[in-house]
Amino acid sequence: MAEVIIQNITKTYEKGTVKALDNVSFTVKSGELFGLIGADGAGKTSLFRILTTLLIPDSGKASVAGFDVIQDFKKIREIVGYMPGKFSLYQDLSIEENLNFFATVFGTTVEENYELIREIYVQIEPFKKRLAGQLSGGMKQKLALCCALIHEPKVLFLDEPTTGVDPVSRKEFWEMLGRLKERGITIMVSTPYMDEAKLCDRIALIQNSKILDIDTLEGILSKNKQNLFAVNSDKMYQLLKDLRAYPNTISCFAFGQKHHLQLNSGENSLKSLLPYLKQKGHTNISIKAISPDIEDTFIKLMQDA
Amino acid sequence: MRNLSFILQKEFRQIFRNTTILRMMFIMPIIQLIVIPLAADYEIKHLSISVIDQDHSSYSRRLISKLTSSDYFRLVQYDNDYSKALDNVGKGKSDLILTIPAHFERDLIKENSAKLALAADASNNVKAGLGSSYAVQMIADYNNDIREEWIQLPKFVDMPQIQITTSNWYNPHIDYHLFMVPGILAILVTMVGSFLASLNIVSEKEKGTIEQINVTPIKKYEFILGKLIPFWILGMITITIGMIVAFVIFKIIPIGSYLTIYGFSAIYLLAVLGIGLLISTFSDSQQQATLFAFFFMMIFVLMSGLYTPIESMPDWARYIANFNPPMYFVKVIRAVFIKGSSFSDLLPDFLKIIGFAIFFNGLAIFNYRKRSA
Repeated sequence: MAEVIIQNITKTYEKGTVKALDNVSFTVKSGELFGLIGADGAGKTSLFRILTTLLIPDSGKASVAGFDVIQDFKKIREIVGYMPGKFSLYQDLSIEENLNFFATVFGTTVEENYELIREIYVQIEPFKKRLAGQLSGGMKQKLALCCALIHEPKVLFLDEPTTGVDPVSRKEFWEMLGRLKERGITIMVSTPYMDEAKLCDRIALIQNSKILDIDTLEGILSKNKQNLFAVNSDKMYQLLKDLRAYPNTISCFAFGQKHHLQLNSGENSLKSLLPYLKQKGHTNISIKAISPDIEDTFIKLMQDA
Repeated sequence: MRNLSFILQKEFRQIFRNTTILRMMFIMPIIQLIVIPLAADYEIKHLSISVIDQDHSSYSRRLISKLTSSDYFRLVQYDNDYSKALDNVGKGKSDLILTIPAHFERDLIKENSAKLALAADASNNVKAGLGSSYAVQMIADYNNDIREEWIQLPKFVDMPQIQITTSNWYNPHIDYHLFMVPGILAILVTMVGSFLASLNIVSEKEKGTIEQINVTPIKKYEFILGKLIPFWILGMITITIGMIVAFVIFKIIPIGSYLTIYGFSAIYLLAVLGIGLLISTFSDSQQQATLFAFFFMMIFVLMSGLYTPIESMPDWARYIANFNPPMYFVKVIRAVFIKGSSFSDLLPDFLKIIGFAIFFNGLAIFNYRKRSA
């Protein structure tokens, strides 16, 4: 059963000159933890804003839990939880006051749904009298998640919840999402971090207002098998230039300590690489075949698009 | 409607937490009511005058002492060279030059008429206009004095004379405080209503909190009412504080009824809150809202008749002033305070203010809908 259905959604800004979403279609299944992965400015937030009824698409249809985002926007607002990318709670109210306020406007109380937020709330409870504006980044995110959850939403939209949050808090945050999923809440989360993709059931890669691919992480990776190698030598910068100049190279990017090199599938493409590099004067050359991770795949898909 | 009570609780909590606004709410009326009525005195006093006396006669001296014995003129230069006096005017040391030509006394006695020249620095036209008219009046007075001395008065005056006695109604001593204080009260209420309310709404936009509100079942009218009601109450408190200040410091109490004042304030606040709401629909940041509000405030204040009477404005300006809500409120508050006008006397103004309230709120809601469909 599909909880979120997006059909041919297009959204432009500045009188059509800036495209945010270009004919985007996909579905999110009920109870799924769905990741929307893409760089800044890819169109993630626009899509979230359309699904949470804050923005009207230029064309196309979308529905959340069976309700149309335009016609039934009032119904949607009662059943979704939204956590915008920018901290949007009242900075001049305390943790407790923010939580109570959002609980009451949804016609519920903190006590009623305490079980749902308990795990997250206990971490910030010692500071419950503190104003939200004075919390650290991670605590703000936890509070925002609590506020988005307090009315027991059917679908949770989290727009870049972990951006600017320290690695430990990020990990905790994803663990919490996993447990929320177990409770049957459909979660749609966007992130610019590729490593978070493996924590999602399915992911959609979005770039330049278009969806590049939608599948499970494994699906995407297996679909995009690449002849990929990690290469390093003593002169890394020169190596990058030489690898890019190598005739059988499709692409080459610096990845931390190594360069990730994608070669064409020709018979000799690997064999003649080592002599080529030696001829260029590189020493301590190491070439290792690797299986591409999500970042490699994303770069490949970007180039293909 | 249940939501509204939660929103109001939240709003009041935020307002009471914002000590700057609260302090301003108390300090603004007090300072403004104390300072402005004292400073904004229309009477011009202590004008600097240069006298060029080329006659050096007893009559010329008498004229000079007549002028300088009043509070209106201060003799800054006594000379016999006009160019030196002009020099002083150029330096801003002198506002007026009175030239008493040679043979002033002789001409006055022999030919029964003499000439004087009065020059004024018109770079400040209020000073120049009032200063020269004061001087002309005094010279006329001086003229009368000497004529009376010359004429051997008969027991009964056979010359027909018109004597004019003036009496100032409602404000017999032309007390400027009585005039300014109610007017400033009106402007204060306008500030609270339009300025604070619009800034508050825009800050929700600026901080992004409106996003979070928009995904809740809170309805738009609940959100708007949640914003307007607190500032309506604050406005009513401001006017109360203002009236207390007016009484404590200036001993001014309205001659008319408090009920009329509060009745008008209640409706008028709705109108200015509408303006605030309208401003907030136009602006995305507090900076923009401040600029808008400042622009409106300038027009409100200068075209409200608070400082300069509407009647003396050119036709086109008077036409604009007719669409300026504070003009009516200033007029009403003054009428109730000074003349003791009753509600029925002011009914036409009441209806106009209701009209403004409907107009601005309607426009704001229309614009609000259009922009955030």
